[in-house]
Amino acid sequence: MDIHEYQAKQLLAEYGVKIAEGGLAYSPEDAVQRSREIGGHVWVVKAQIHSGARGKAGGIKVCKTHDEVRAAADALLGKRLVTHQTGPAGKQCLRLYVEAGTEIAKELYFSLLIDRARERIVMVGSAQGGMEIEELAETNPDAIKKIYIEPAVGLQDFQAREMAFALGVEVDQIQHAVKLIQGCYRAMRDLDANMVEINPLVITGHGELVALDAKMGFDDNALFRRQNISELRDKTQEDPREMAAADRGLSYVGLDGDIGCMINGAGLAMATMDMIKLAGGEPANFLDVGGGASPERTEKAFRMVLADKNVKAMLVNIFAGINRCDWIAEGVVQAVKNIDMKVPLVVRLSGTNVEQGRKIIEDSGLPIITADTLAEAADKAVQARNQVVAAQG
Amino acid sequence: MSIFIDKSTRIIVQGFTGKIGSFHAQDMINYGSNVVGGTTPGKGGQKHLDRPVFNTVKEAVEQAGAEASIVFVPPAYAADSIMEAAEAGIKYCVAITDGIPTQDMMKVKIFLSRFPKEKRMVLTGPNCAGTISPGKSMLGIMPGHIYIPGIVGIVGRSGTLGYEAADQMKRLGIGISTSVGIGGDPINGSSHRDIFEKFEQDPETKVVLMIGEIGGPQEVEAGLFAKEHMSKPVVAYIAGLTAPKGRRMGHAGAIISSSGESAAEKVEMLKELGVTIAPTPSAMGETVAQVLAKL
Repeated sequence: MDIHEYQAKQLLAEYGVKIAEGGLAYSPEDAVQRSREIGGHVWVVKAQIHSGARGKAGGIKVCKTHDEVRAAADALLGKRLVTHQTGPAGKQCLRLYVEAGTEIAKELYFSLLIDRARERIVMVGSAQGGMEIEELAETNPDAIKKIYIEPAVGLQDFQAREMAFALGVEVDQIQHAVKLIQGCYRAMRDLDANMVEINPLVITGHGELVALDAKMGFDDNALFRRQNISELRDKTQEDPREMAAADRGLSYVGLDGDIGCMINGAGLAMATMDMIKLAGGEPANFLDVGGGASPERTEKAFRMVLADKNVKAMLVNIFAGINRCDWIAEGVVQAVKNIDMKVPLVVRLSGTNVEQGRKIIEDSGLPIITADTLAEAADKAVQARNQVVAAQG
Repeated sequence: MSIFIDKSTRIIVQGFTGKIGSFHAQDMINYGSNVVGGTTPGKGGQKHLDRPVFNTVKEAVEQAGAEASIVFVPPAYAADSIMEAAEAGIKYCVAITDGIPTQDMMKVKIFLSRFPKEKRMVLTGPNCAGTISPGKSMLGIMPGHIYIPGIVGIVGRSGTLGYEAADQMKRLGIGISTSVGIGGDPINGSSHRDIFEKFEQDPETKVVLMIGEIGGPQEVEAGLFAKEHMSKPVVAYIAGLTAPKGRRMGHAGAIISSSGESAAEKVEMLKELGVTIAPTPSAMGETVAQVLAKL
């Protein structure tokens, strides 16, 4: 789960990370109220969307008067910002964070991530901040410092110091940097985060270390024990279809193609989508209905797939292990009858009681196309899709 | 000898008396697995499915000679159960549970690494379908009847995609020595590479099929191991060609977050390492058959 910049900053501030003074705004009036409260002569109005690279997308505006703050807020609120992380649809900005301007002497990069190969938290830093770390990793990998943290004992001060020196922090600021680094680590550990990124971490004109931006991501599997974190969820930033699926215990990812998919198991779902692609089609979604695909669940999954108006054909691929194909077939027949499907449906069943399952589908009298193998299923789904497209002219 | 389990392996079920634990324990018993009991704290002394229930894994080891365990405990308590098994002297543990927090798994891995190698429990999973040595023993939740005994070792992340592979092979008359699910989580007990090592040492296994997916470095690490240390041919299929970057595809670990983690990149690197690639998921069986024909 992702959270907003202002939420990450508030969490990190509780762990001793220094941030600029700021406040949340839902309207241009709020924004001006915030800039007046903060005082000073420069403010930054920042769009709160779940994405990095907001600056390039025009989501961050530096203002020198309260009127400019109002105008910036007016321009940003309700706007959809498109970055390379949001996809072409972009994400809508409904909240703003108004922050005191910070005088920047130097920009640094700092993050904590989970390294899957080493199975531990890795601290990543660079004296060259501001740009994205992927970009830096390609252009100047030597400028990146990585330090691995032993999970049994946690981050040690000497490691934080080593990182601080690598970041090029002045000697009289080292203790301050250690405190900031330790704070980020404790936040990551205590809150079950899977990433903390401060980019840029800046050294101000007064020699202070300030988190100018902050990003945190959390382990979905640990949210059950982090209620304070799950409360930070902002559903406006998530795909409504994916949210609806998650609420029904289904795993759904919306994609750009037009062949809807319903499959049991994440691996088989990915493989089936690959097969569609190889057959010349494009999948409209990833959907794992999981192990116990009851008729009710199957119908919900059908509705979910067909809610996507791009879908021109649908493919169901179920490998029944603990499930039985006859149960699945009954669920499919019931779903098709209840929903009044308008697009062609290809069903491939495999595994336990496959013969009975096929018979139920054949005897239903419904125009369901059946397939024996994965390859045949994908071919037939692509053909059916092409016929629909041809018929539509 | 198959890897990890055979007919005589004494198995306990952790989370024995729960709905899911009971269902799969019965299924394993029906398959012929040597299930000698199970644990549910607080229900020690009772009988369940005609077998003794223990309060602790330690008691199950002492009193029933348990050697292997399968974990059906809910995610919040699963890491604790795995560590209990390791401490009690269980040699092989399969964790079925889906949804264990990543930091809990980091703790589990450190806990396991404290043991000297000869006393260290091997863990496969979590978030997997388990392990089966067809005709001998099943320590998992898979449909046992789709696997026939043979000489191909399978290691994969996904349950149903593994079934698909076994089914394709059965249609071609190809049998399996052992099939191991390592699970779809970002941090897991054993990697593809760890299982490759076991298959290389196993005289029954002649060819290895790896079923990988997007996310993480494990498939390529296994490929490197195969190139340097394996005499047996390896076939691989990597799922997730159509998966966009930065989106989690069902499995907690199936996400492309850095370079080298996409299906296309993994396939390229594995090819360079001499691994035979199954070009499509429906060609896993055929590709294995072609490699077997050259033996």
